[in-house]
Amino acid sequence: MATRATDPCGRTGRKLAIFLQLTLNGLAVGCIYGLVALGFVLIYKATELVNFAQGDLLMLGAFVTFMGVVWWELDYWVAFFIAIVVVSAFGALLDATVLRRVIGQPQFAVVMLTIGLGAMFRTFASVTWGSEIYTLPTPFSGVTVIGGVTLSHQYLSIVAGTLLLCGVLYAFFTHTRIGIAMQATSQNQLAAYYMGIPVKLIFSLIWAISAGTAVVAGVLLAPVTLIDINMGLAVALKAFAAAVLGGFGSIPGALVGGIIIGLIELYAGATLPEGFKDTAPYIVLLLMLAVRPQGLFGTLARKKV
Amino acid sequence: MAEPILKVANIETYYGPIMAIRGVSCDVPHGGIVTILGANGAGKTTVLKTICGVMDPQKGSVIFEGREIQRMDPDKIMRLGIGHVPEGREVFPFLTVRENLRMGAYTRRDPDGVAQDLETVFGYFPVLKERADQRAGSLSGGEQQMLAISRALMARPRLMLLDEPSLGLSPKLVSEIFDIVVRINRERGVTILLVEQNANMALKVADFGYVLEVGRIVMADTCARLLEKEDIKEFYLGIKEQGARGQRRWKKRKTWR
Repeated sequence: MATRATDPCGRTGRKLAIFLQLTLNGLAVGCIYGLVALGFVLIYKATELVNFAQGDLLMLGAFVTFMGVVWWELDYWVAFFIAIVVVSAFGALLDATVLRRVIGQPQFAVVMLTIGLGAMFRTFASVTWGSEIYTLPTPFSGVTVIGGVTLSHQYLSIVAGTLLLCGVLYAFFTHTRIGIAMQATSQNQLAAYYMGIPVKLIFSLIWAISAGTAVVAGVLLAPVTLIDINMGLAVALKAFAAAVLGGFGSIPGALVGGIIIGLIELYAGATLPEGFKDTAPYIVLLLMLAVRPQGLFGTLARKKV
Repeated sequence: MAEPILKVANIETYYGPIMAIRGVSCDVPHGGIVTILGANGAGKTTVLKTICGVMDPQKGSVIFEGREIQRMDPDKIMRLGIGHVPEGREVFPFLTVRENLRMGAYTRRDPDGVAQDLETVFGYFPVLKERADQRAGSLSGGEQQMLAISRALMARPRLMLLDEPSLGLSPKLVSEIFDIVVRINRERGVTILLVEQNANMALKVADFGYVLEVGRIVMADTCARLLEKEDIKEFYLGIKEQGARGQRRWKKRKTWR
């Protein structure tokens, strides 16, 4: 106690700084998981399909942006925007041509189909862009140091980007006619048909939004993990865990679940022995499933009234 | 008689291998109230689902305002002017009452007309106005039924399909809702096709009735005359004749069997 009192900027201060640093990084990584989980949840709520190719859409988004910035020497934001548009359109097309046909089929068929699609996307990426690891130049390369805590702009940009995107999506879903129609379709598909809501088009739009969210996650993540054809795999797996943790089907749950998984991962990496960084999130998930199987924000067997 | 607004001709509808509708035909005249009566599992709901496009008939045709609509997508059929109040109400539970009503007007592009209709339905069902910003899932069964009817009305349909609006409601609420249904028909000129198990109520408000049994129409007549028929009295209205106890049950057969 005595040493701490006389030495405020010593070990305790450093520990605090490390802790804050970890928290920021965990928050940022968690935001990425949250965004990908959001993609899972949006599609699941509307169509009851689980899209295991979500992580590969993220990878495609990162590559398209990379292609724009490095090959065609476009401005970062322009390339970012193009990637969102292209991959979202691709997501909608995917729904309209392939996924629509498996609605109502056994879940197993859907799981196999989306895993297969993911593998196809990775093959496509390795043929098109090669299997090397690429760096995406971004405007967020600096750091800000506040009281001994190094705030990397990359991580800050992830948190800010996630907040911005969530705000935009929230406004869209609650204040626009088509956004409310999407909610309505998710809640009661049959009734949506009776209202004259073009349910099939709505599904495609939800796929587009979901793919767009994955692109944002991919581009924000790119400077941290670098871009390669497998970048989506690990992220998608943890994001899936995040979605389950939050209660599959809950949008705030997906984000909170993502952040929890991100924080656990970083804390475990710093304090526990080697290897726990990647297993700790799943251990927490297993505990969660044992204690509260419906997840943080989920409801058990929601009954239609 | 003028051309009916809805003409169903010999439809046959299947659930997988099971034939639920075995060649049903019925006409709904402009501005009328027509009811289809039948017990559980008679196929009443299936007839409505076939009309509104949720199920496709294997054979036969559905003609709305002179246009064949069988095998069209349900959202397209709805846009033609058919409103559907589904069995079990099917409101959007996590949207507010107001949002539910706005969804009813999803296909419309005239905000002024929509606002006006919103006031009209609030006039029909003042309780909905009180609860306008409450989630629909938190409403009582009766209020949800009112919401489902209002929501269908928001699209300004020319034909409204009502599937068991009395289901699970108290007798007082049932008569309240039927009063409004009649008002909607009289005041707004909406043609109504009503499917009911509550034959008593349905025959009182409707002009013409069909009786459906195991996928077939077994009787069709004006409601005044249906109310007089012995079979209807006994099997649908529960009015029993005087007679030797015990015997009646074994001897009596429905005349159409």
